[in-house]
Amino acid sequence: MYGIGIVKGLLVTLKNARRKPFTTQYPEERLEQSPRFRGQEFVWFVDRCTGCASCAKFCPLGIIKIVTDPNGGNGQDGGSYRVDTFDIDQGRCMYCGLCVEACPYDALHMGTNFEASQTSRLDLVITKEDLNAREKHPSTWFRPQLSKQGFDPFGEESKDWHGAGREPVDWHPKRPEMLPDEGDTRSTSDGEYK
Amino acid sequence: MGAPEWLAYFFGAMAVIMTVVNGFLLIGTIFTWMERRVLGRFQSRVGPNRVGPFGILQAIADAVKLLFKEDIVPRRADRLLFNAAPIVILAPSLMALAVVPFGAGSYVADLNIGVLYVVAMGGIASLAVLMAGYASDNKLALFGAMRAVAMLLSYEIPLVMSLLGITVLAGSMSLVDIVGAQDIPFLLVSPLGALIFLIAMSAELNRSPFDVTEAESELVAGYITEYSGMKFGIFYLAEFSNVVLAGALFAILFLDGWNGYFLPSHLWFLVKVFGFLLVASWVRATLPRMRIDQILALAWKYLFPLSMVNLLLLTVETLTWPEPSTLELWMMTGINWVAAFAAIPLLAMVGLRAPGRSRRAFSPEVH
Repeated sequence: MYGIGIVKGLLVTLKNARRKPFTTQYPEERLEQSPRFRGQEFVWFVDRCTGCASCAKFCPLGIIKIVTDPNGGNGQDGGSYRVDTFDIDQGRCMYCGLCVEACPYDALHMGTNFEASQTSRLDLVITKEDLNAREKHPSTWFRPQLSKQGFDPFGEESKDWHGAGREPVDWHPKRPEMLPDEGDTRSTSDGEYK
Repeated sequence: MGAPEWLAYFFGAMAVIMTVVNGFLLIGTIFTWMERRVLGRFQSRVGPNRVGPFGILQAIADAVKLLFKEDIVPRRADRLLFNAAPIVILAPSLMALAVVPFGAGSYVADLNIGVLYVVAMGGIASLAVLMAGYASDNKLALFGAMRAVAMLLSYEIPLVMSLLGITVLAGSMSLVDIVGAQDIPFLLVSPLGALIFLIAMSAELNRSPFDVTEAESELVAGYITEYSGMKFGIFYLAEFSNVVLAGALFAILFLDGWNGYFLPSHLWFLVKVFGFLLVASWVRATLPRMRIDQILALAWKYLFPLSMVNLLLLTVETLTWPEPSTLELWMMTGINWVAAFAAIPLLAMVGLRAPGRSRRAFSPEVH
């Protein structure tokens, strides 16, 4: 009979009306974020960076600008370049994470923030100074060693550059400054914790 | 002293007009917020809830936003018609208020052709729609306007026929007398009439499932495509206040107007109007949009015969019982409900399945 379908439809919407709304009232309420969130505000450890510019090469959008200076470091002998400029234009970033995957020394990590809106596109460019000044709360995306260490990106702890790598800290014998302090817990090459 | 007598009438009239029109527009504004909230709940979300308590000031925020927007007139638009269309669409719905009784004894004028007057004012809307569509110099707007006018004209006939049934039943065209004649609410006495009124009214109001005139998926926004800023706002205000007006009419014609228990009459009237608005939002949340040919088929092949049957029934009954007592009204009610349950499927079988052409007017093969 005609009209039955309309009544059925009305009952369906009525049933939905009696359900609790599933809206999350964003500024007051937040959804739980994954620790592997690929967010804004990259985490960069200047002490781990050798200035190899892999991140800039692998960026599909070409938004990482890195200027290095061999001055001071001995490149032939395994030393690092001095990084003069390290700009990331977050306004054009698509957060694919290829730069993080490309980093051979685990110096660059994804961030977990997503609230970096600005009123000008220029303000979206983050510089070396910004990155250095920031608290280090790296996402554990593509950094399994962080989740293995039980690191919580949303916690209070600001990550120290010593423990951020996947290799043991003494991976490069020619950089004695990278050796850990006594009693530092860190991963070893066979994946065990000391 | 010295001031002429007409001045007193003038200011008195102005005061009444200001009260009625602004009160009506205020309810229309509240309805914009209410509908968004109600639709939100029907879709398991919250709806606007940030401006003021429960978001009730959302309409004010929207109005401020619209006022600050740039007022764009297309270069090749017919400026006069373009600018006049929002006024022409809003003014009749305000003018129709003159005969609407809001409570016991509170109405601006008790016109003895009240129903006719309301219908006439409603008819002007199609002119405004055509003006807007034509003046915009935009094919989408023109298409929207043509669809709207085809639909408005088609649905005016069943609408008027159902109103005619009420007029016959009450023996008067005055809205005040019609309320007075309802010993039993006419919703019960004339269920067919109420159904036709609801369907035809939602077409007249361009509401779902008849909102083809502003089918976003096909026509951008129909005849309001080229409007921006407050002119756009006025179109929307007119649309929403027309729904409130339809609610008032439904309350008067079918729900015994302002009469009720315990509460003051104005409050009862508001309760009935908002009941109608809730149902309107509910239907809007439920029904998907129909195609324009389906809409016209429904009007001409189904609602038109149905309204004829309704009018015939009521006329015969009124001729049988010229001054119906309450008992006789109950007898009419019984007959009309039986007739409604018989006529609705019967006429659907006859009307909506056109022989020769296609099995069903609603079948997907028909394009």
